[in-house]
Amino acid sequence: MLCGLIWAGAQSYIVHNSVPNWYIASTDAVVNSLLLAAACWLINNNLRYYQPASGSYLNILIWHGALAAICALGCRWILPLLTSDSAYNKFLINSIFIRAFIDFLAIGWVGMISIIYYSLLDQKENEKRKAEAEKLARDAELYNLRQQLQPHFLFNSLNSINALIGFKPDEARRMIHQLSDFLRGTLKKDDQLLVPLTDELNHLNLYLDIEKVRFGHRLQTEISSDERAKAALLPSMLLQPIVENAIKFGLYDTTGDVTVSIRAEMDGSFLNLIIQNPYDPQTSRPKHGTGFGLRGVQRRLYLLFARNDLMETYANDNIFTTIIKVPQL
Amino acid sequence: MKRALIIDDEPLARMVVMEYLQDFSQIEVLQECNDGFEGLKAIQQYQPDLVFLDVQMPKINGFEMLELVDNPPAVIFTTAFDEYAIKAFEAHAVDYLLKPFNKDRFHKAVEKYLAQAPTPAGSKKTEELLETSNSPAQHERIVVKTGTKVKIIPVQDVQYLAADDDYVSVYTPEGSFLKNKTMNFFERTLDPRYFVRVHRSYMVAIQQITRIDPYEKDAHLAILKCGAKIPVSKTGYVKLKQVLGI
Repeated sequence: MLCGLIWAGAQSYIVHNSVPNWYIASTDAVVNSLLLAAACWLINNNLRYYQPASGSYLNILIWHGALAAICALGCRWILPLLTSDSAYNKFLINSIFIRAFIDFLAIGWVGMISIIYYSLLDQKENEKRKAEAEKLARDAELYNLRQQLQPHFLFNSLNSINALIGFKPDEARRMIHQLSDFLRGTLKKDDQLLVPLTDELNHLNLYLDIEKVRFGHRLQTEISSDERAKAALLPSMLLQPIVENAIKFGLYDTTGDVTVSIRAEMDGSFLNLIIQNPYDPQTSRPKHGTGFGLRGVQRRLYLLFARNDLMETYANDNIFTTIIKVPQL
Repeated sequence: MKRALIIDDEPLARMVVMEYLQDFSQIEVLQECNDGFEGLKAIQQYQPDLVFLDVQMPKINGFEMLELVDNPPAVIFTTAFDEYAIKAFEAHAVDYLLKPFNKDRFHKAVEKYLAQAPTPAGSKKTEELLETSNSPAQHERIVVKTGTKVKIIPVQDVQYLAADDDYVSVYTPEGSFLKNKTMNFFERTLDPRYFVRVHRSYMVAIQQITRIDPYEKDAHLAILKCGAKIPVSKTGYVKLKQVLGI
């Protein structure tokens, strides 16, 4: 606004030098400034929603030129309607190129500022999202670590090893290796955000094998995946909390045998992961599906892919199903 | 000869106890149980002297199982809970063993029990333990016995609780269930954001209240969604106003 006023003031002064009539000079300045402001607003608004690719700067230049021409021609047609001074009209026609050029400079200047400003804003937004995604990956890692170091997993596993040492030393040794491989895998995953499904499943298998030693008779797992899905990428440690959840509810919610199934398949450009476990709707309905585990997974998917519809849960017939869709970029 | 039960949902964990117990010829293991239900049945059937009890088990945990036993035996907990959680019952159980525990520690626990017997002392201790301890699941559900069956009531289904002689009646849409506990116990274990003791003999679920009417001098009546009218005492009304933020 202030800029506009100064601009108009300066212009009326310049015009006054050529045409010694303040009324004409200021009308000229106001009309010209308004047209210029409209053009600048147009450019600014367009650039807010459309960031030019680096190749299309020529396009922008042409646009700026066209807008400047329109401004200058606008002055050329509008101003004679407002004044009837022939000397001024002559001056107007003479100065049209200078006007067009100055308009072009002004519009170009605003356009440039807009491009820089909005691209900075965009970049900031992206960085924020990325930083949050990374933070969440770290949180997930920490959460997983804490899960594994919590009594129910680590100490019960050690207790099982303690039992095995007495009469099945070979199995005890095997379990120690599984446990250490698993813990090492958990620690190592901090530097890569996306991992192939096979890697994630291998890691998961270590965990499942340990749980099977603990609950042997009760726990069964079914893991299957498409050939194509095996190479698909997914955020590391994404499945872990879901499977842990499935096992926890399967084992502590029912007293019978428990089958946890994991199925991976490709659906267009999505990797679909389907995890199922039995549960008891009578006793666990209130808390199911709201734990940090599942919420953390949903939040991570949102931050990585900017979509909220990638995780779904269903509960029916005593089976709880979690479906995850991971877009393949 | 002491008669014992081992209740744990992990077979290998039971095996450790069995193995360590071989050093004690005076203790006979009657049965190994897979979960709380089996444990409950076995305790009622055998009336054992001693129970080795895990805390986290399917459906009902060790504490909840003990709550349902009429004359609880002496208990040695075998659990992987950390020491923070264990403090709650540290003073009252015969002993607690943190998994994985070694033979020496196990021997100490069993010798402590053997030194303590005769049995009734143990039982009294267990009851004391149940009255003062808070198991991790008690905020979420109430376990009751109806006949021979065990019923698990999610706290969301509870409408109100009423004192009934030495028992407390738990009212749900499916009817009322008796629980061998005091009002004080429920006041301590139920989440105070959702349950308020509005009267010496009544506790209500806040969600269930539709209206509070004045009733006689200083007293009120809370009308619940199910139609029940619960007396609210003067102090109960103050508490209720606090929780509801009015």
